[in-house]
Amino acid sequence: MLTIILILLPLALSLITLSLKKEKEIRYFVLTGALIEFGLAVAAFVQYKTSCHCQLLFRADWLASMGVSLKFGMDGISMLLVMLTTFLLPVIIMASFSHSYERPSAFYSLILLMEMALVGVFTAFDGLMFYIFWEMALIPAYFICAVWGGNDRIRITLKFFIYTFTGSLFMLGALIYLYSRTPMPHSFDFQWLYLVALTPTEQLWIFLAFFLAFAVKIPIFPFHTWQPDTYAEAPAAGSMLLAGIMLKMGIYGMIRWMIPICHQALQQWGTFAMILAVTGIVYASLIAIRQKDMKRLVAYSSIAHVGLIAAGVFALTIHSMQGAMIQMISHGINIVGLFLVIDLIEQRTKTRNIADLGGIALKAPRLAVFFMVILLGSIALPLTNGFVGEFLLLLGIFEHSVVFSAIGGLTIIFSAVYMLWMYQRTMLGTTNQLTGQIADLTWTEMATLIPLVIMIFWIGLFPGLFLDVALPDVLQILNFAK
Amino acid sequence: MVVLIPLFPILGFLILGLGFRTIPKKWTAFIGPGMILLSFVLSVIIFLNIRHSVVSLPINLFPWIHIGPLNIPFAFLIDPLSSLMMLIVTGVGFIIHVYSVGYMKEDPGFNRFFAFMNLFVFSMLLLVMGANYPIMFIGWEGVGLCSYLLIGFWFKNQEFNNAAKKAFIMNRIGDLGFLMGMFLIFTTFHSLNFLDVFEQAKGMTSGDSNLVAITLLLFIGAVGKSAQIPLFTWLPDAMAGPTPVSALIHAATMVTAGVYMVARSNILYVLSPATMAIMGLTGLATALFAASIAIFQNDIKKILAYSTISQLGYMFVGLSMGAFSGAMFHLTTHAFFKALLFLAAGSVIHALGGEQDIRKMGGLKNAMPKTFWTFLIATAAIAGIPPLSGFFSKDEILAKTFEFSSGIWFIALIGSLMTAFYMFRMLYLTFFKDFRGTEEQKHHIHESPAVMVIPLILLALLSVFGGFINIPSVFGGNTGLSNFLAPVFAGSNAVMEHETPLSHGTEWLLMGVTLAGVLAMVFWTYHRYITRQHGLSPDDARRSLPVRLISHKYYVDELYRAIVVKPILWLSQMLHEIVELRIIDRFMNGLGTMVVWTGNTIRYVQTGNVGFYMFIMILGIMLILFFNILI
Repeated sequence: MLTIILILLPLALSLITLSLKKEKEIRYFVLTGALIEFGLAVAAFVQYKTSCHCQLLFRADWLASMGVSLKFGMDGISMLLVMLTTFLLPVIIMASFSHSYERPSAFYSLILLMEMALVGVFTAFDGLMFYIFWEMALIPAYFICAVWGGNDRIRITLKFFIYTFTGSLFMLGALIYLYSRTPMPHSFDFQWLYLVALTPTEQLWIFLAFFLAFAVKIPIFPFHTWQPDTYAEAPAAGSMLLAGIMLKMGIYGMIRWMIPICHQALQQWGTFAMILAVTGIVYASLIAIRQKDMKRLVAYSSIAHVGLIAAGVFALTIHSMQGAMIQMISHGINIVGLFLVIDLIEQRTKTRNIADLGGIALKAPRLAVFFMVILLGSIALPLTNGFVGEFLLLLGIFEHSVVFSAIGGLTIIFSAVYMLWMYQRTMLGTTNQLTGQIADLTWTEMATLIPLVIMIFWIGLFPGLFLDVALPDVLQILNFAK
Repeated sequence: MVVLIPLFPILGFLILGLGFRTIPKKWTAFIGPGMILLSFVLSVIIFLNIRHSVVSLPINLFPWIHIGPLNIPFAFLIDPLSSLMMLIVTGVGFIIHVYSVGYMKEDPGFNRFFAFMNLFVFSMLLLVMGANYPIMFIGWEGVGLCSYLLIGFWFKNQEFNNAAKKAFIMNRIGDLGFLMGMFLIFTTFHSLNFLDVFEQAKGMTSGDSNLVAITLLLFIGAVGKSAQIPLFTWLPDAMAGPTPVSALIHAATMVTAGVYMVARSNILYVLSPATMAIMGLTGLATALFAASIAIFQNDIKKILAYSTISQLGYMFVGLSMGAFSGAMFHLTTHAFFKALLFLAAGSVIHALGGEQDIRKMGGLKNAMPKTFWTFLIATAAIAGIPPLSGFFSKDEILAKTFEFSSGIWFIALIGSLMTAFYMFRMLYLTFFKDFRGTEEQKHHIHESPAVMVIPLILLALLSVFGGFINIPSVFGGNTGLSNFLAPVFAGSNAVMEHETPLSHGTEWLLMGVTLAGVLAMVFWTYHRYITRQHGLSPDDARRSLPVRLISHKYYVDELYRAIVVKPILWLSQMLHEIVELRIIDRFMNGLGTMVVWTGNTIRYVQTGNVGFYMFIMILGIMLILFFNILI
């Protein structure tokens, strides 16, 4: 029951928000709602018993004749991603408070709608439901970026939409094909879809269709060109939603679909996918070094980081999979933190151009400290969240292939290069006209950043809580591949 | 109690870090050094306790990363080796903290400085106390971070920030090696805990390819951290940081982490002769290379930096001969006299209002007698003049090299003569003859306050008497330190083939030759720089080609810039502008355009004319039939 409440609550809140008028009211209402949602997710987390599979199951018939049912529930993998989503949402909402957007009711309503879709994707245990929520997430994302984005938003957002929508259509095709191969009466239930026996050729086609859909979403090189543009043009909340949570849908999909269903194809063609992922790490890192816009730099760094996560999934070892799980959470937290800091700087100076900034640490030491901590998380310094993830990922990839691990490991050098360069050019040095009068963080801004910083160290110091939750289900998924 | 040792510094960091704007300097002056003193006292107690215990077991705090067979507890291992390091880190650390109270007194970033320094001591303690490689790695990267923060402490200056970033990135290159080494350890031994790994390693054959690979990868980490060829260029630049930072991080503790790590993993190295050879050559090459650069430098801190690189090279030479306790001995005495040299240099810089060029110093002997005498002691110690500490520790390594091969001994000897040369050159130019700076500076020259001088005196005492902890048998000593450390290296000693130890007569001869050479250097430099007043020519003076090569540090920075930095920047630009924007993005956009175009074109097929549809249908059927016949 809790699962379905977690999906429906944001929907209800979203609808109510539309009827509110005053901006202040809307803000408090939405924030309270998102916090309640987070509270419910925590309650589910507490109730959740590790080592039993799909729990908190909700099931109702819908289009029973077609074998479609409203089946929602959570296993450890879903649990972690639902926690991530519900944790980040209040942060993203608070981060938007310093902007006064036009039509705030629509803006916040869309954010909540997005939350519903995301929770739906992560908890759906029926193929068609999964697809419906998957596409549903695209709609609020599209509007948030297209309505409240930067100057070039329409063209860029359309590109983003077409890119990901095309990818998803391949996934739909694959799902329908799988459905048609389930025994009569057909069913979209995960358990049935998992059991479909496919010939190697069929596996390959299904693998390619899934890969395309997920590779665009994540994004994996060379399907990434929508991403830097979209992040740069989207409003802060949009970039955070996309990079922080939405791209995890792609990795989640790989774990949920590709490994159980096309494991043979994955073992045969996984090396090819791995080469793309690892190439992306080096490629995007190199490009990030010369970026001039802070958001674009972070966007390319994100391609590198998620490339490593994807490589970890393709490596199919327990360490790399667990690393992927923990790094999905960490990456979400860190990139939201980075976009938040960039947004705070942009609000104050009206620019994200690295060359125009400098010396901010002199005027805003608190901002400098928060920026540094989040940066350390994202360059994977030990005792921060990023290290646990990258350590496990690289270890797991090493067990699979030493060469890929060594190449992927270059990310720890490159990330230091571009991140410290950005920090140096924006925060250090002397101030200029733009940064001379910059104000330090307000209490609201601190309150937005502190939860992120707490999580950075919590996961860095005590990753056990999160690793243990996912372990049995990750093992089960890996069993498919054996 | 063991847990409290790293806890105090991190507590100090948190207090000073969170309250960096509100806590008055007076309190900071107590909290900063005070926390380290507490750790030091506890380290002494631990040291006294473990002197007599035989077994050392890890102390598990909590499970850190645990997935099936991968079990990494947050655990400390207290044995003689870590205990010795803890004493150095907290002891020398405390002295330097006290000194910093005076040195940084006027700095607006006083609180931030002590916060970072405490964080550094915490990280360094994790590094030496960790009971497995990942915990060591936490400290390993942690000290790298603190080094970054403190080199760029005066962050208004982008030159300093560049130096800080360079240090961090070069260290990270090494860290990737360390990381890969850890992975290979795990896949080989299925554990990362020191005791498990070493126990299993004992049963392996010498020259096992996995062991060689592991030790080489870990050594890459050590090369980065301990500034050996080819990753040494960050250390001279790191002198941009405040002088106490150079003393603590870039001389006494952090840069010796590589030596500690190899000594910790001794059994792995002993079983990898190939790695030992590479390590020995690297160390020897670095020792000579850096010493030769030091001779032509004029910045007082840079000379000391190259000297540190060179001395670290000696430690690696010692390690590569299997002289683990000898290397640790030199690490210890080096911590004393090199910290002293930096602090005394800091005292000089402080008195001259920031001047670091020794050509603009001179004659400070009388104005700053305490600084002069302590500097003199440290110089004599590093040059290896008996009975100061450096004499004993360097002699132990030199004797080991002679056991191995007289050729290597001779090369190492040349290095130590160079050491004596550049050290006494610096001493004479700084403290003797007349002052060569401005009148205003001359007016301001003063001896440093007690809070800075007392640390100098303490370190001077350690530099004088520090050698007595390990007096070799040739002097009728009992090699106390070696005995203390023996349990840690017992496994390796059992495996190593032992060369016949040198006879006392040979040892006396070697010492005699070395000492004569060093004294010759002392007089030669006196003649050259005091009597004949050489070495004062400005940078743009005409020099012979080899001298120009060396005084430009063999153009290594320029070389790296040309073969690494520039190509990467070019590649970055090229990938972005050509591959990303012109090829991939254009192709993807093209796909989109093509779909739209196809749609627009095919639209015209829908004419609404039934006859046309029929025609197409029949054409289709005919084609299908045709292909069926063909197949």
